[in-house]
Parts: sequence; C-alpha cells; structure tokens
Amino acid sequence: MSKIESAQGHAVAVHGDDIDTDRIIPARFLKTITFDGLEDHVFEDDRLEAQAHGKVHPFDDPAHKGAAILLGGANFGCGSSREHAPQAIKRWGIGAVVAVSFAEIFFGNSLMIGLACATVSPEQMADLMALADANPTLDFRLDIAASTLTAGDRVIPVTMPESVRSALLSGGWDATSLLLDKYEEVEQLAARLPYVSGWDRLSA
Amino acid sequence: MARTLFQKVWDTHAVRTLPNGQTQLYIGLHLVHEVTSPQAFAELRERGWTVRAPQRTFATIDHIVPTAAQARPFADLMAESMTSALERNCRDFGVRFFDLASGGQGIVHVIGPENGLTQPGMTIACGDSHTSTHGAFGAIAFGIGTSQVRDVLATQTMSLSPLKVRRIEVNGRLRPGVYAKDVILHIIGLLGVKGGTGYAYEYAGDVVDRMTMDERMTICNMSIEGGARIGYVNPDQTTFDFLRDRPYAPKGADFDTAVTWWTSMASDPDAAYDDVVRIDAADIAPTVTWGINPGQSVGVNGRLPRPEDVAPGDRAGISEALEFMSFEGGQRVEGTKIDVAFIGSCTNGRLSDLREAAKIVKGQKVAAHVRAIVVPGSQKVAVAAEKEGLDQVFADAGFEWRRAGCSMCLAMNPDKLVGREICASSSNRNFKGRQGSPTGRTLLMSPAMVAAAAVAGEVVDIRTWDAHVPVGA
Ligand code: SF4
Repeated sequence: MSKIESAQGHAVAVHGDDIDTDRIIPARFLKTITFDGLEDHVFEDDRLEAQAHGKVHPFDDPAHKGAAILLGGANFGCGSSREHAPQAIKRWGIGAVVAVSFAEIFFGNSLMIGLACATVSPEQMADLMALADANPTLDFRLDIAASTLTAGDRVIPVTMPESVRSALLSGGWDATSLLLDKYEEVEQLAARLPYVSGWDRLSA
Repeated sequence: MARTLFQKVWDTHAVRTLPNGQTQLYIGLHLVHEVTSPQAFAELRERGWTVRAPQRTFATIDHIVPTAAQARPFADLMAESMTSALERNCRDFGVRFFDLASGGQGIVHVIGPENGLTQPGMTIACGDSHTSTHGAFGAIAFGIGTSQVRDVLATQTMSLSPLKVRRIEVNGRLRPGVYAKDVILHIIGLLGVKGGTGYAYEYAGDVVDRMTMDERMTICNMSIEGGARIGYVNPDQTTFDFLRDRPYAPKGADFDTAVTWWTSMASDPDAAYDDVVRIDAADIAPTVTWGINPGQSVGVNGRLPRPEDVAPGDRAGISEALEFMSFEGGQRVEGTKIDVAFIGSCTNGRLSDLREAAKIVKGQKVAAHVRAIVVPGSQKVAVAAEKEGLDQVFADAGFEWRRAGCSMCLAMNPDKLVGREICASSSNRNFKGRQGSPTGRTLLMSPAMVAAAAVAGEVVDIRTWDAHVPVGA
C-alpha cells in the first residue's frame, strides 16, 4: 500500500462548472481493454472545439505542460462511472484535483486510484484559477495531512472528508487488501442474508 | 428506531468499519458489462484472485454492440475484441453471460429487472452510473468504477461511506401527455444537476405509488443526472406483482416469505429524512432539455433562460449551452427542427415505452428529413414488441427497427450523430459529444415526444399537436 501525502507542481485551470465525464474522456476512447494511452485523449473534444474557435485549451497550452494539479469548478466529473476519466487525468500527469465540488462517483473513483481530490470555496477557486492562468509556472502544493493548498506564498485551507484523508495518508485507498482481511466476517454476513442463504431459513 | 429503506439495507449489508473509516458493504448482486470490466478482470488474473461469488455475478454486452448487423466477428475490431474479452472472462471465472446467442442479452439495467435478478432489499453494484435504475425495486444500487468492479469481483464487498436521504414526493395527478420521463426531468431541473450530491433519493407520493415498475425505473434511472448516486422507491404490491414468476425470483412458498422480508425493508412511516421535497404533479409539463446538461430543461412551450436574467454565477454556463446548441435566450424549444429521432436506452427502451411511442406513430410517416431509429432495451423487449406488431408499426412509419443495445445513447457502436445534427432522444444525457459527434446536439424528452417530433420533423407539444395537420401549414 503506498501512502499519498502531497501533490506538487504547476497548476492547470479547467474553467466552468459541471465538467462531465464525456468531456474528460469521450466515449469513443472507452473502446479499449486497458487504460493505456488514455492520457493522449483527455479533454479531446474540448481541445478540438477550442482550436476550432482559434483558442488554446489549457491542456494544449505549452505553458501548462507538466502540470501536477488540476483546478476545477463545481460538480467536476459529473456523468458516467467510467474510471477512464480520472485514469486519463492521472496518466496525463495530474496528482491532485482541487475543485469547488465533485460528482460523487468521480470522487470515489479518483480515491480508488490514488488521485487526491479536495475542495475550496468558489471565491477561493476564482483566485486560484486567476493565479494559475497568470503564472503558469507558479508552484502549487497540496498537503494532505495539513489540509492546505500552497500557491506561491499563499496558503489556503482545503476540505477533504476525514476518511479520504486517512485513506490517502495510510495507503488504505487501495482497499482490496482491507476488504479481504477478516474475510470470515463477510461470509457470516452473507449467511444471514435470506436472498443469499435461502428463503426457507426465514420461514423455518 | 424508525429507519428509511436506505438505512435498513445499509445496516443489513454492513460488514464492518474499515481502518480507513469507510464501511465494508456486502454486495448482493453484481452486474457486469464489456466496457468497465476488462481491466478489473485483468487485475484479478495478475493478482491470482478468483471471482468470490460467481453465482451472484451476471454479465451482458450492451454498450458496443452494433444494432444493425450483429454477425460475428463485428466489423469494428475493437468492439469484437472487447466482446471476446468478456466471453473469455466469463468462461474463465464462471460468470453467467447473457450473450447475443442467449436470447437474454440487453442493456444491463433492463435485463436485471426482467430476469427478476433485481429484488427489494438488496445491494446491487455495476460499473455503470445508471445502476440507480434498480432502485425502482427498493434495492440500493450503486454505479461504480473499474477499481471497485475489481473489488466486488474479488471480495463481493466494497468500501464506501453512507449517504443522506432526501424524500421527493410527487402528489396529485399528472396531466395528459406527461410521462415519468417528464417527472424526472422536472425534478432535475428543480433541484439541479448537483442537488443530489451526497444523497440517496427516495421517490414517493401518490403519483409514484400509482406508477408501473417501468415508470419507476425511468425515474430512478436518472437520479444520477440529478447528482444522486442512488434513487429508490419503496417496494409495494406493484413491485411484487412484477417479480412473481420471473426466472430468478423466489418461487412458491419462498416467494411469500420473500414478500414479507421485502415489505419489512421499506421505509418506516415515521422515518426521519435529511430533507423532504414536495412536488405538485400538475406543475409538470412535457419537458425537453435545451442545453448541455440534463438540468437545462424547460416545459416544451416555455421559454429558454436569457443569460442576463439569471444569477451572475450561472451566466457563463447558460451562455455556453445556448451557444453550443445555437439557441437564443428567450426563445421556445417547441418548433426546433430535428435531424434524428432516437427511441431507446435504459431510461426509455422498455416495452411500455415502445408502446407509447408506437401509439403516436401508428399510421403516420416520419418527416422526410428525419432519420429515426428504435432500439429495444433487450432481446426480450424486442421479442415482446414484435409479438404485438410494434416493429411493423415503426417500420411502416419509416423508423428503423433495430436489435437491442445502448446504441445512440452514447454512440460507442456505429449509431452516431453526424456533425451538428440535432437529435430528439429518449435517452438520459445531453452532454456535448454524447451521441458520437463532438458538435452534435441532443434534446432529451419522453419517447412519446420523440415519436411526435420524428413525425412532425420538429419538436412539438404532444398535448396540442395534431398529426394530421402538417406542421407549419
Ligand atoms: S443505455 Fe445509455 S445510459 Fe444506459 S447503460 Fe447504455 S450507455 Fe449507459
């Protein structure tokens, strides 16, 4: 189990609320039996749309190349349960996503693969995005134990559920081994469920 | 102490509190499909694990199946390799696979209920966000990602934190032309696409009580579009009548025992909720989305919001959606010309949906400029519809009658929008690019409204539309 204590590097801001999983990784890239290479297609359609409008998507902007922290708006990652979305972001090189809020399944999927997610207020996010846009090489650091995001000389408190913080810090985010531990308790529980062990046990 | 169904099911399935602070929850039914499972099975092989409860695990193929020509190997080689991977995984790990040859293939959220696999009081997991559909039976059903699919395969449990419960009561009478789809679009419009984050939605009220199981599934299906990972309806006689005699439902005396247990899992009348929302059914109109998330909807003859009229924080989102859709603030969605009509998906691809749509198109013709397809939710739905002659009704009207699958709901098969096409769709997501063209546009609505739009060639209000008068005349 590997412990995750921080993420550090440049930040890249993806503006807007309700950034859905079809935008993070369009469905056509789910036609695969591995997660390899997903990073090449992260935000692909948004990048193409920006190009078509003569703009540059932050994930295409050379100034943000190598960024380690993604800044997002409210309800980031809404939509499908495809783990391909956090996988694509993580494989691109992002170590933590800080947003105003997250869609639940995306948040859970991110934890499962050790991609730290934390939230800040909308006002703080507006400031952070402005900072990252203006200074693409500014150093950001998410400190999970301290629950802070440092951006240059500013230190901002971030919110993360206690169970998530401890899962990342302890390495327990990779939960399979925890789930396999004391497995007899699972078997005892299953034996008490009538639809598993047989309805006749209830009527007996 | 009085408890909700959510709390009862949670308590009944909680194994223990894990060192990471989350709960280890036993999963009673695990449904698997081809898109989110291959990496999970690969990890099982790598680590030398088995599928812990193969008899509680069922697989099907839905997302990538072509719905026109289904001969193997599929023309799309990647689709073929995903299919053979699932075949091999099911064979190697002893999982029952409802494949194309079984007669039981279909969208995973359609085949679970139709086989009686989905039952009240269960925990259900599937690597698909619309797993919330199964909550219609009073199950607690979670959409999960691939790493959790691996955990459930390997341990039949997963690690997660409990949710709050919001009761949403819909009371009164739905007006004619208003369907379950309109009810859920209305709820999402009202509470927002993130309103349900952290909540399970309990749908109730006399409108929901009177609903068929198909209608309840439509509502629960789109809970996730409102940000709620889970939606459910308390089990009642309608639920039990649906389940009786289904292949995997308990039989004989066991069925009666099961009904007693299922009934005991329903929310207690005096259970406390974290929130309660009450909706008057009379306020719900045939509802159509105009934007790029399912919360951006309007009554079919209502007006689209103007960026300048909304709160400053919402302006950018509204402007972006209007621009992408090429709509103007203040206009109506009624009268929007469409290019494609799609009837299908786990939201509205069941027999009753096809019946409603067929009623509208019977004796009519699809407008000359519209490409229209009907994709049944499962092979069994297709057979039942064909038995009633619905396929012929659709074909006579100019719809293509297809084989079962997800099809144009997410366009991972050959069914896709092209360029800027606008699609009237009975599916559940209108995200940018969702139907296969990055610039394609989706208008979500009920199957009846899609059918009418296909005939009229534009979005119409089925309450006032007269098919015999050509639109624009
Ligand atoms: S029909 Fe659409 S929403 Fe339902 S499972 Fe298939 S792709 Fe997902």
